[in-house]
Amino acid sequence: MKKIAIASGKGGTGKTTLSLMLSQLLSKDKKVRLLDSDVENPDCHLLLDVVEQKSREINVFKPLIDLEKCTFCGKCQEVCEFNCLLVMPKDVMYFKELCHPCRGCLLVCPEGAISEGERKVGYLHTGKINENFYFDYAIMDVGEARANPLIEELKEGIVGDEDYVIIDAPPGANCPMVEAVRDSDYTVLVTEPTPFGLYDLKIAVGVLGELGLKCGIVINRSEEDDGIIEDYAESAGLEIIAKIPFSREFASLYSKGIIEENFFPGLADDLLEFFS
Amino acid sequence: MKEVLVISGKGGTGKTSITAAVAELFDNILLADCDVDAPDLHMLLKPRIIETDIFMGGKFPIIDRDLCIKCGTCREVCGFGAISEDIVVDPLACEGCAVCSWNCPQEAITMIQKEAGRRYYSEVGPGHMVHALLKPGEENSGKLVAEVKKKANAIGEEKSYKLLITDGPPGIGCPVIASLSGVDLAVVVTEPTKSGIHDMERVLATAKHFKTPVKVVINKADLNEENTQALREGLAEKDIEVMAEVPYSRKFTEALREAKTIVEYAPESEESRAVRKIAEAIGEFAGIGLKEKG
Ligand code: SF4
Ligand code: SF4
Repeated sequence: MKKIAIASGKGGTGKTTLSLMLSQLLSKDKKVRLLDSDVENPDCHLLLDVVEQKSREINVFKPLIDLEKCTFCGKCQEVCEFNCLLVMPKDVMYFKELCHPCRGCLLVCPEGAISEGERKVGYLHTGKINENFYFDYAIMDVGEARANPLIEELKEGIVGDEDYVIIDAPPGANCPMVEAVRDSDYTVLVTEPTPFGLYDLKIAVGVLGELGLKCGIVINRSEEDDGIIEDYAESAGLEIIAKIPFSREFASLYSKGIIEENFFPGLADDLLEFFS
Repeated sequence: MKEVLVISGKGGTGKTSITAAVAELFDNILLADCDVDAPDLHMLLKPRIIETDIFMGGKFPIIDRDLCIKCGTCREVCGFGAISEDIVVDPLACEGCAVCSWNCPQEAITMIQKEAGRRYYSEVGPGHMVHALLKPGEENSGKLVAEVKKKANAIGEEKSYKLLITDGPPGIGCPVIASLSGVDLAVVVTEPTKSGIHDMERVLATAKHFKTPVKVVINKADLNEENTQALREGLAEKDIEVMAEVPYSRKFTEALREAKTIVEYAPESEESRAVRKIAEAIGEFAGIGLKEKG
């Protein structure tokens, strides 16, 4: 099995487009699982006809505080590094957005007043497009702060008999992106030939470098002159795997939710050649 | 001071290009870039840095090998599976909760703080700007966002600014939640694509959750007339105002390639007129006028 993550420092560069194209192409004769790990704003499902979908809640730990047993000693507040607990004379307040959930409060409470509770942070949806193309995504509840538990749960759905797992990573270069790409065999960074594209690409390459991960570049909205990205790729020793040309027609199809993997002649061949 | 936050949920809707162009039409405002893991605003506004602050990130456990007896207690209590069998901490899995440290019977684990990024206070054409850069792969983007906002509010007070325009991060998670705090108006930039609309709905719900008033800008409005019409109707139903519609054009990209805003690159274009409309509405909201044309 090969795990390929599709990422980009900047949002909106075409990660989802590339993830779908690649999954559609590879699933013609191989077993593919696509994971949409942009749990804050998953989009892949809007562009796919998913069949046989199953859904369930994703829950994380929350401290259940028994006020009968609690002596309001304040130890839990003291150990919580994330300031989620506020112990008052007759009550304990819990700020769920801040909780990581480390269970430190549960471990420290001398009265045994804190027990294992659960709270819902989103949903996991699993399904398939056809016999060769499996697709899972998770969606975070509005108002929740932490994407990582959902990404972890999503990745647990990898069965192991897939030929390819394609991970559509969240934008940016912080914790959710790291969680999505950290165990991939290869990461594709999608960028565009503008100064924004280059700047954010460099940040993403920096992150992957720290993680010790292999990566290559796909230039989206490519124009006659992609020098800005090409020069950097050469100096950084990174391969440019393929280019997706700038096309208003393609953008307009995308706006309707259509991704045509053979729209650009040559692109499919470049991708298949690289990933087969 | 009124704070206007520009967000989009989905990346690539043209949020930063529009924010920078709007800023360029004022000559006495404060700016903040809260997209701390991939800040882009400075590329168009070219700040001259006045002040740099080091941002200390979350904590990280350092294990004293002389004291450690490999009892494995830390490994058992760690809720994130961050400690290996031979008692080595995986920096990517560690959340810095310190549970290992205070449970260690040998007191062999000390928590230390590392530099996780920098915050800058700068001078820009339209006034001043507070921005930051998180180190690659660091956590705590929400905390750095809060630091940026703290500084912006202090400067706003000190220099009696009437308007703060903040470029927000993508998504709806912790950095966005941190960005929303204290905001008087959120401007959501969307595009008439299936995913743009879906992501806008999520960002609108997030703003509503934190009780922030919102207005919408439809970028690339002529890309799909049917979707744009659906957007207009959906927003009218929710009583949300569309501030402006900006046409889909390569001019933004062309301007970007020269590191210019659209109002510098093509001041008389339809795109610039749409941007002007947004700036006027924001100016009116804060009770200030645009800079003189010239
Ligand atoms: S689980 Fe950890 S982060 Fe959550 S409240 Fe308890 S001590 Fe704080
Ligand atoms: S600080 Fe918390 S997450 Fe990090 S190794 Fe210790 S127990 Fe695990």
